[in-house]
Amino acid sequence: MEQYIPLIPLLPLIGFVVLGLAGNSISKTLAAIIGCASIGISFVLSLLVFNAQLHTEDAVTISLFNWIEAGSFKVELAFLVDHLTSAFLLVITGVGFLIHLYSVGYMHADEAHNRFFTYLNLFIFFMLLLVMGNNYLVMFIGWEGVGLCSYLLIGFWHKVNEYNKAANKAFIMNRIGDLGLLLGILMLFSQFGTLNFVEIKANLTGIETNNYTIVVATLLLFVGAMGKSAQIPLHTWLPDAMAGPTPVSALIHAATMVTAGIYMVVRSNFLYSLAPITLEFIAVVGLVTALVAATIAMFQNDIKKVLAYSTLSQLGYMFLAIGVGAYSTGVFHVITHAFFKALLFLCAGSVIHAMSGEQNLLKMGGLRKKIPLTFITFLIGVLAISGFPFTSGFFSKDEILVNVYAHNKLYFYLASAGAVITAFYMLRLLMLTFFGTFRGTKEQEHHLHESPSSMTIPLVILAVLSVAGGLIQVPHIYGGKPYFAEFLNSVAPAVESAEFSLATLEWILLGATSVILFAVYFLTKKFYAENKFEGIYTGIKNILAHNYYFDEIYNTLITKPLNAISTIFYKVFDKMLLDGTVNGVGKVVNWSGGKLRYLQTGYTGFYMFAMVLSLVVFLIIGLYNLI
Amino acid sequence: MFPIILLLLPVVSALVLLALPSSISKKVAMGGSILSLFAVLFTLNTLRIDAASANLVFNKIWLSSLGSNLSFSIDGITMVLLLLTNILLPLIILSTFNREINKPKAYFTMMLLMQSALLGVFMATDGLVFYIFWELALIPIYFICLFWGGEGRQRITFKFFIYTLLGSLFMLVALIILYQHTLNHSFAINDLYAAGKSMTMEQQAWVFWFFFLAFAIKMPVFPFHTWQPDTYTNAPTQGTMLLSGIMLKMGTYGLIRWLLPMVPAAVSAYSNTVIILSVISVVYASCIAIVQTNFKRLIAYSSIAHVGLICAGIFSYKAEGIQGALVQMFAHGINVVGLFFVCDVIQRNAGTDTISNLGGIRTVNQRFAFWFLIIMLGSIALPLTNSFVGEFLLLNGIYQYNAWYAAIGGLSVILGAVYMLRSYQSMMLGNTSSNTLTFASLKKSETLFFSVIVIIIMVCGVYPKLILDIAALDVLKMIVH
Repeated sequence: MEQYIPLIPLLPLIGFVVLGLAGNSISKTLAAIIGCASIGISFVLSLLVFNAQLHTEDAVTISLFNWIEAGSFKVELAFLVDHLTSAFLLVITGVGFLIHLYSVGYMHADEAHNRFFTYLNLFIFFMLLLVMGNNYLVMFIGWEGVGLCSYLLIGFWHKVNEYNKAANKAFIMNRIGDLGLLLGILMLFSQFGTLNFVEIKANLTGIETNNYTIVVATLLLFVGAMGKSAQIPLHTWLPDAMAGPTPVSALIHAATMVTAGIYMVVRSNFLYSLAPITLEFIAVVGLVTALVAATIAMFQNDIKKVLAYSTLSQLGYMFLAIGVGAYSTGVFHVITHAFFKALLFLCAGSVIHAMSGEQNLLKMGGLRKKIPLTFITFLIGVLAISGFPFTSGFFSKDEILVNVYAHNKLYFYLASAGAVITAFYMLRLLMLTFFGTFRGTKEQEHHLHESPSSMTIPLVILAVLSVAGGLIQVPHIYGGKPYFAEFLNSVAPAVESAEFSLATLEWILLGATSVILFAVYFLTKKFYAENKFEGIYTGIKNILAHNYYFDEIYNTLITKPLNAISTIFYKVFDKMLLDGTVNGVGKVVNWSGGKLRYLQTGYTGFYMFAMVLSLVVFLIIGLYNLI
Repeated sequence: MFPIILLLLPVVSALVLLALPSSISKKVAMGGSILSLFAVLFTLNTLRIDAASANLVFNKIWLSSLGSNLSFSIDGITMVLLLLTNILLPLIILSTFNREINKPKAYFTMMLLMQSALLGVFMATDGLVFYIFWELALIPIYFICLFWGGEGRQRITFKFFIYTLLGSLFMLVALIILYQHTLNHSFAINDLYAAGKSMTMEQQAWVFWFFFLAFAIKMPVFPFHTWQPDTYTNAPTQGTMLLSGIMLKMGTYGLIRWLLPMVPAAVSAYSNTVIILSVISVVYASCIAIVQTNFKRLIAYSSIAHVGLICAGIFSYKAEGIQGALVQMFAHGINVVGLFFVCDVIQRNAGTDTISNLGGIRTVNQRFAFWFLIIMLGSIALPLTNSFVGEFLLLNGIYQYNAWYAAIGGLSVILGAVYMLRSYQSMMLGNTSSNTLTFASLKKSETLFFSVIVIIIMVCGVYPKLILDIAALDVLKMIVH
C-alpha cells in the first residue's frame, strides 16, 4: 500500500501540469475528464490507504528527498500518513471529486473552463501536501500553496476589479497569519532543532505545562490558523472570497482549505495539550467568531454571503471544540461540515445557475416547485447544519456542546444560543429562497430550470452523506459507538477524558433542539416566506448587516495609516531628508571646489609663497612637538 | 587555471566582437556569454569532484615590492556568485533581442567587460586586486548608464558614480590600514585576515565601518540607498539588470568574504547596529514600494528590502543565515532580472510603466501574465519558488540572533505581498486601457527569456540543494573559524 501514497498528491499535480500545458488546445470534455479522473483515482487510493490505516496504529512515513539543508537546519520532503491524515485525505479527495464533477456542469459555458480545472487540480495537490507533510515546513508549502490557489480562484474572473481586490485581500490577510505561523515554526526549530512532527513529539518529555516557549509558539501557530480559517479578527477576507465561482466557495472556502487551521492545531495537539492557556484562548476566539458571524448571517441578503458567515461561525465551533481539548470532536465537525456546507454551497450554485447569475435573496422566492431536487437537497443541508435530530450535524454539534459543557458552563450557554441563531438564519435563507412567490424578473422566471445531472448527482450524494455522515460517531445513549474518536485517539487523545456520563444533557439537547427547530421554522416562515420582507435594516441590525463595520475600521486603522506612513517615508524621509542631504553634500563640494579653484592661480610666485608658508607652519608644529 | 580562463573569456569575446561588423554584435556577445556559462559549469563540476584542485587557484607574482599578487581562487561561496553572473549574462544579452540597440559594438563590449570585472571581484584573493576589480566594474556600467540611459542621465549617473566611488575610497583606506598591520606587508587575503584579527578593537572598528560603508552603498542599505532608485529607473534595461542582478551582490559578497572574517571583534560588537539598519531597510523600503506609481521604481525599492534581509542574515553569523544569504543572492538575481524584463516588455508594448496607466494586460496577453505571475510569486517568496528557501533560512539565522528582528524583518512577507499583488492587479488584471489594448504577443526571444527564468525559479525552489550544496562546506568552515 505504501508505495501508492506518493501518487495521491502526484496525480492532481500531473493533472495540473497536463491541463496547464494543454490550455485551450484540448476540448472542454477532455479537460474535465483529466481534471476529474486525477482526483477520482486519488480518492480510490485514499480509500485504500484509509482502509490500511483502520487496521493499524502505525503511521507510515515516506521520504522523497532532503529539501532544505543548511548548517544545523534540515528538512525533508516527506509524507506522514496516520489516522488523522487518512481521514483528511478522504474528505479532500472525496468531497473534492464531487465538486470537480459538479464543476463540469457549472463551468460548462465559461470560456475559461479549462483554466478552472487547472487551478482546481493544483489546489487539491497543495491541500493534500498540507495534510500529508511529515513536518511543519512541508505543511507550510501546502499552506501557502492553497492560499495561492484561493487567490487565483477568487479572482478567477479577472476582468472585474472588485473580484481582484477580494483576491488580494484574501492573500494578504492570509499572509498576516502566515507570518505568525512562520515565526512559530522558527521558534519550534530553535527549541527542538527539528520541525518533524514525530521528533518534536518525542522531545517533549520533561517540559512542564504552560512552558513559556510552548505557549508562545502555539499562539504564533494559531495566528496562522486564524488567518487561514478566518477567525476574528482575521476573518474579513472570507465573505469577500465569495467572489469566486461557487464550486470554489464550496471546495476551498467551506469544505477544505479553511479547515486547514483546525488540521494544523490537531496535528500539533501534543504541543497544545501542554499549553492550556493557548487552548483557552482558542476556545474564546472560536466562541466569539461563532457568535459574531452567526449574528451577521442573520442579516445578509446575498445567498452566498449567508453561507460564508455561516462557515465562519461553524469554523468557530470547531475551534471551540479544540479549545476545550476535544480534538476528535473538532475534526468530526470538520467532516460533517464538509458534507453539509459543500452541499449547501453547491445547492446555492444550482440556484444561482437557475437564476441566471442572480444571488440576491430579495429576487428569489418560491423556487421549491421550479427546482425541486435542489430544494430537497438544500433542505437536507439546512436540517443538518441546524442540528436536526440524527442528521450528521446533530451528532457533531451536540458532541461539541457536551464537551463545552464539561469545560465551562458559560461557554455552553453562549454556544447553544449560537446554535439557535444558526437554525434561524438557515431557515430564513430557506424561506427566502424557496418559499413564498417568485420575486425576480420575468426573464429570470422564464429561464428557471433544474441543473444538469452532473450537478445534481453530487448534490444527492452529499445530501446522503449529510444525513448519514454522523454515524461514524454516535453517542452511547443512542446505542452507537464513538468510532471516530477511537480512531483518532492514537494521534490526538482528548485533553480531558471525554468519557462523559452526561446522558441527561444529551437527552435534553435532543428535546430542546427539536422544539427550537419547530419554533424557528414557524417564526421564519411567518416573516420570510410571504414576500413581506424588504431587506432594509436600520440601527443595530444595520451594523450587523455590515459585518460590524470591520472593513471600515480596518481601512481607517490600518490601510490608510500604512499608506500615509509610506508616503511620508517616501516624500519626506527619502526625497527630502536623505536624498536632500546627499545632494546637499554634493552641492557643498561643488561650491567649495569652485572657491578653492582660485587657489590654482598658475602663478609660480604664489606657489612658492604657499610652499614656504607651509614649511614654516610644519616647522612650528614640529618644534612644538619636540618641546 | 580556471580563474584566468573565466576572466579572459569575456574579454576575448569583446575583442572578437570589436573586430566583426556591428550587425552581428548581438550574436557574438551571446555566443561569448554562453561559452562563459559552459566554462563556469565545467568549473563547478571540478569544484564538486575536488574542491582542493589546483586548477581552481591562480597565483602570479605581480607587484612584489608591494606584496600584491595576481591571485584568484574559487571556493563554494565564490562559485555561487560566478554561477549567477554567468547565467545572467546570456539572459541579459537575450533581453536585447528584438530591440534596437544604439552602437551595439560599444554596448556589448561594455557588458562583457563588466562581466569580466565582476568575476574578478568574486574571485580575487588579494586585497589590491580586489580593489582594482571593484573599481573596474564601475567603469563599464558608468558608460552604459551615461550613454544609453534615459532622461536626465548625466546628473543621475554622475551622482551614482561619485557616491559609489566615495564608498570604495573608504574601502581602500580600510585595506591600507590592514596592509600596514600585516607582518610581511602583503595584500594576500589570509595575511589581511591575520592582520585584522591582531588589531585592537578601535582599529578593527575603523576597518569595519570603512568596509561596511563601501558595501552598504553598493547593496544599498538604508540610509545609503538614495542613488539607487534613480539609477535603476534611468539606466537602460540591461544596465539595471547588471546593477540589480549582479553588481549589488558585490556588496553582500564583500561582507561575507572581506568583512566578517577580517575583523571578528568589531563584527560581534557592531552586528547589532548593522542588523537594525538592515531590518529598517526592509520595512522602510517595502513601505515606500507600496506607494510607488512607477513599476520600475517599485522594483528598485523592493530590491532594497530584499537586500536588507540578506544583509541582516549575513550579520547573524549563523550557517543558516549565510547559506540563506547565498541562496537568496542567487534567487534575487534571477527574480529581479525577470521583473525588470517584465517592465521592459510592458514599457515597449504599452509605452509606459506607470502602474495606473496600465491594466487588463492579462486579457490581451495571457502568456505574459503567466510568466509575470510566477516571477512575482518567486519575488514574494512562495514556497517551492527559489526565494522562499533563501528567505526562510535568512529569517532562521536572524531569529537565532534575535527573535524580534526576525519578526520585524518578516513583515516583508506581508508588505511584499501588498505591493506586488496590488501592482500586478493594476497592471495585469481588470479592464484594458488604451495603452494596453494593443499589447503584442511575446516574441520567441522573450518567451525563451521568461522560460529560462521561470524554470530556474521552480527548480531552485523544489530542489534548492543544487545551490545550497555548492557553498555548504565553505560556509561551515567560515563559521567555525
